[in-house]
Amino acid sequence: MTARSAVTLSVEAVSHAYPSLPVLDGITLTIPAGQVTVLVGPSGCGKSTLLAILGGMLHPSAGQVRMAGPVAAECLNPLTYVFQDFALLPWRSVAGNISLVLEGSRLSRAARQARIAEVLALTGLAPFAAAWPKQLSGGMRQRLGIARALAVRPAVLLMDEPLSALDAQTRALLLEEFSDLIARSGVTTVYVTHTLSEAVRLGQQIVVLSRRPGRIREIVRLDRPLTGRRAADPDLLATEAHLWDLIRADAADADRELDHA
Amino acid sequence: MHKIPFRAGGFAPQPLPLVGALTLIGLLLLWQAGASLGWISTRFLSDPLAILRALWILLVSGELWSHLSASLVRLAWGWLAGTMAGLAVGLLLGLFSLARAAGMAVVSALFPVPKIALVPLFIIWFGIGEGSKVITLAFGVFFPTVINVLAGVDGVPRNLIRMAQSFGLSRWAILLKIILPGALPSVLAGFRITSSTAIILLVAAEMIGAEHGIGAFVLSAGNLYDTDNLLAGIAVLSVLGLAVAWIIGWLERKLLAWR
Repeated sequence: MTARSAVTLSVEAVSHAYPSLPVLDGITLTIPAGQVTVLVGPSGCGKSTLLAILGGMLHPSAGQVRMAGPVAAECLNPLTYVFQDFALLPWRSVAGNISLVLEGSRLSRAARQARIAEVLALTGLAPFAAAWPKQLSGGMRQRLGIARALAVRPAVLLMDEPLSALDAQTRALLLEEFSDLIARSGVTTVYVTHTLSEAVRLGQQIVVLSRRPGRIREIVRLDRPLTGRRAADPDLLATEAHLWDLIRADAADADRELDHA
Repeated sequence: MHKIPFRAGGFAPQPLPLVGALTLIGLLLLWQAGASLGWISTRFLSDPLAILRALWILLVSGELWSHLSASLVRLAWGWLAGTMAGLAVGLLLGLFSLARAAGMAVVSALFPVPKIALVPLFIIWFGIGEGSKVITLAFGVFFPTVINVLAGVDGVPRNLIRMAQSFGLSRWAILLKIILPGALPSVLAGFRITSSTAIILLVAAEMIGAEHGIGAFVLSAGNLYDTDNLLAGIAVLSVLGLAVAWIIGWLERKLLAWR
């Protein structure tokens, strides 16, 4: 795997509004290198909007995001997403979906094949290399989503609710695997979720956003290493309860809000 | 106490592969029996055996091939030209907003025109020869192709395009690797429509002015009250339609195995 990522993101006074709907208001934040930053908040607070801005997929109405730190030579796409809906090409095999993101690169054919084999092995997908995505379970599809992301050796991994389309048992399994993969790769990670148990399992910096327009309500730090965190850990449960205290009133309000989008 | 009755039966079509073939054979047998027993006047409707005999004579004399080959050449050129132009224009409309705004007005205005009404105009422009027939076919194939390609491009999930952009794929790579394969099911569905449209226009164009071709053959048999040959020609058209449908089905199975 890669060496620990040294890339930091600085979010500077970022605000965003869709026509007549402000969603983010004055977000200033540092995404530290080699750590996992989790964005949590009530529905519609702009978590996914902020993630889209971080990766250059959305132009903010105000403010900017800067990237600092050396990007490793082997990195083909510094800011790399893992999507909630997997975003796999149904007409390409498992290996073909990974190959897609390497094909235009400077890598030799052999080097591409080696990377594909490596990430397939890492995610347990090697036996399914020739399968179509439609043949995979939801969990295997998202393993492919992360395999594809790791294949480009990202400097920053941007994960948009990657487990929310999966059932609870698969979520629990993948959470352990992702935690392990992220810890081993040392990639700077931003992870959006509305599930607080995921936030405390993965987050080293947990950013709590208020309801729309999203502002930073609190930043919670959890310094304990990712490896060794267990679901029943009292400290994690206490942090989870604290996060819920922060979000509960907003979540209730957001739930009662009419959709203006 | 009583057993709970099953209430969820029906409304679930079952495949019964033999029934279709048996129905066709049954109908042919009835038709033949009706003709042999004098219930059907063979002056107006030849019997299946007479049609087979006519087909055999056409086949061994080489006449069938001279008509069929003329038709197949027109069909191939007309369909290919219309399809190529339709693919190109459909992609342009699908990819560029300006082309779409301008092009949709033109397509919407011309699409409803019955293409067969344009044959006299095409004869004035391109002469009575092959040109006007091929152009008629191409014109008829072009519009449905444009519309299906456009629908196919529009139907490519946006999340796949955004994924490709987020991985830094070039616009060209996105077109080749995301949009074209994503639009393929709709394009192939369009081929089903355009191939049958092309056969209809082929026959119509050949009836307006041709010496060779299945359409011309059917028309001249009709003029001579030769219902054996007339129906033999129609049988050939039916087989042609089935063959084209089979080819497209085969293409779909090959190219869309991922679905």
